[in-house]
Amino acid sequence: MQEKIIELKNVTFVYDADEEGKTNKPAVNDVSLDIYKGEFVAVLGHNGCGKSTLAKLCNAIYEPTEGAVTVKGIPSEGEENGDKIRRIVGMVFQNPDNQIVATIVEDDVAFGPENLGVEPKEIRRRVDEALKSVNMYDMREREPHKLSGGQKQRVAIAGVIAMQTESIIFDEPTAMLDPSGRKEVMAAIQRLNKEMGITIVLITHFMDEAVKADRVVVMDKGSIIEQGTPREVFSKIDLLREHGLDVPQSAELCHSLGLGDGVIGMDECVDKVCAMLGGAV
Amino acid sequence: MISDITFGQYYPSKSVLHKADPRMKLLLTFVTIIFLFVCKNFLSLAVMAFITVLAVAVSGVPLKTILKSIRPVLIILVFTAALNIFYTKGGEVYYEIWKIQITEKGVNTAIFTIIRIVILVVLSSLLTYTTTPTDLTTGLERLLSPLNVLHIKVHTLAMMMTLALRFIPTLVEEIERIMNAQKARGADLETGSLVQRAKALIPIFVPLMVSSFRRAYELAFAMTCRCYTGGEGRTRMKQMKLSVRDFVLLFICLTACAGVIVLNIFFEAVI
Repeated sequence: MQEKIIELKNVTFVYDADEEGKTNKPAVNDVSLDIYKGEFVAVLGHNGCGKSTLAKLCNAIYEPTEGAVTVKGIPSEGEENGDKIRRIVGMVFQNPDNQIVATIVEDDVAFGPENLGVEPKEIRRRVDEALKSVNMYDMREREPHKLSGGQKQRVAIAGVIAMQTESIIFDEPTAMLDPSGRKEVMAAIQRLNKEMGITIVLITHFMDEAVKADRVVVMDKGSIIEQGTPREVFSKIDLLREHGLDVPQSAELCHSLGLGDGVIGMDECVDKVCAMLGGAV
Repeated sequence: MISDITFGQYYPSKSVLHKADPRMKLLLTFVTIIFLFVCKNFLSLAVMAFITVLAVAVSGVPLKTILKSIRPVLIILVFTAALNIFYTKGGEVYYEIWKIQITEKGVNTAIFTIIRIVILVVLSSLLTYTTTPTDLTTGLERLLSPLNVLHIKVHTLAMMMTLALRFIPTLVEEIERIMNAQKARGADLETGSLVQRAKALIPIFVPLMVSSFRRAYELAFAMTCRCYTGGEGRTRMKQMKLSVRDFVLLFICLTACAGVIVLNIFFEAVI
């Protein structure tokens, strides 16, 4: 078995649990999930299903009300462990504006490594490398507020890459971007996983993004309702619909044409439809 | 109108002033501003004016941009000039009507004050034009670091300043968005009495406050995620080093200050 990076065991999380006991509904309810090294996991669910809370549990921003979260054997308890965990698991948030700290692109990318106490020369090297890996090197001296949403988000990603964490959690990184920005960011995320071997957890509500993952975890009302490869998950169209989720368009088309379930790629879908039409292309 | 604010905005260029060490620039600006108030006659003020003109010329920042920074203080200039003309009395009386006297001393003081304020504004905005906010706060942090002995958290203050500067454009954008949204809902921001217009601003500031707090929380999360734990154990990518250039600037500045003192001694004080 591969090495586990993030391990969640029967995790329940209730907002403001200390104040009035357990009157609030748990945002995450008895969730167990393992993330393995080098994996690309997509967590899918509609608004308020607890997926963002799950993300914040994974890098010790929140501590579980019940159950345990361990990152490479470190339990997420207390300030000190939290700090250690965040050196292993980085995070990129939804709104690029609210996570950029500095007024110059390269200074912002340097913020993380500076916090880690890395040598100045090494920071310079990491910053250049990180910016190149998200194709933002040419804009290193620009001001973040003059960049497009997709570019800002790539700067934020570079900021985490420069910290050289083994794993990065993306909390709906494309939710506020236009289609072209979304494409840029998704391409960058896939490159991180394939070329640099960084473990990725992508929280999203876009089906087309989830399709690109190795494993899809579907959440609703704080619990995991389904997980498996994208093909397995998206063949259960009725189950997804029941929980108010869409299916990728290609899967839906093939399903309604009776061409079989679990078709997730556009090319595959084209092939199937052409075959049905008698190869008349 | 809001996007007109140029104060505190960096003007990218490769001039000597841009390349100079921010610590030196901060220190020199501070010293020149102090000596601006040491000036007692027009000759010593001229030395300061000369230094300022020289700095502007060398900086590579267009004159238009510099003049823009004076615009916000125009009202203050007019106001101080008027007060000085009418309330400072002494010397030859140029003009008299009823109880109001315009005297030599009044006019001199008015001109003196105007020049002084203009130099003050130009010098301080030149500092922000030629230094990135990050360099500025880092420079300030280094200069004030001796205060750490007094348990004043200089790093925290510098970080707060950086964040404030970082979020100015974001919040300006936000205000514009909220204003447009409220206008689209029929809010009237331009007409009516002063009280009515002030009241019309409430629906703009309430959403702005709410969203700012939300931003602050998210930013705090994001900073925690990037392992920010305060100033301890932090390193810097950009190291600061004094070069010959900085000492040349220091020399020019000190010469000018010496000139001011000499001229103050040998010539009659006007103010």
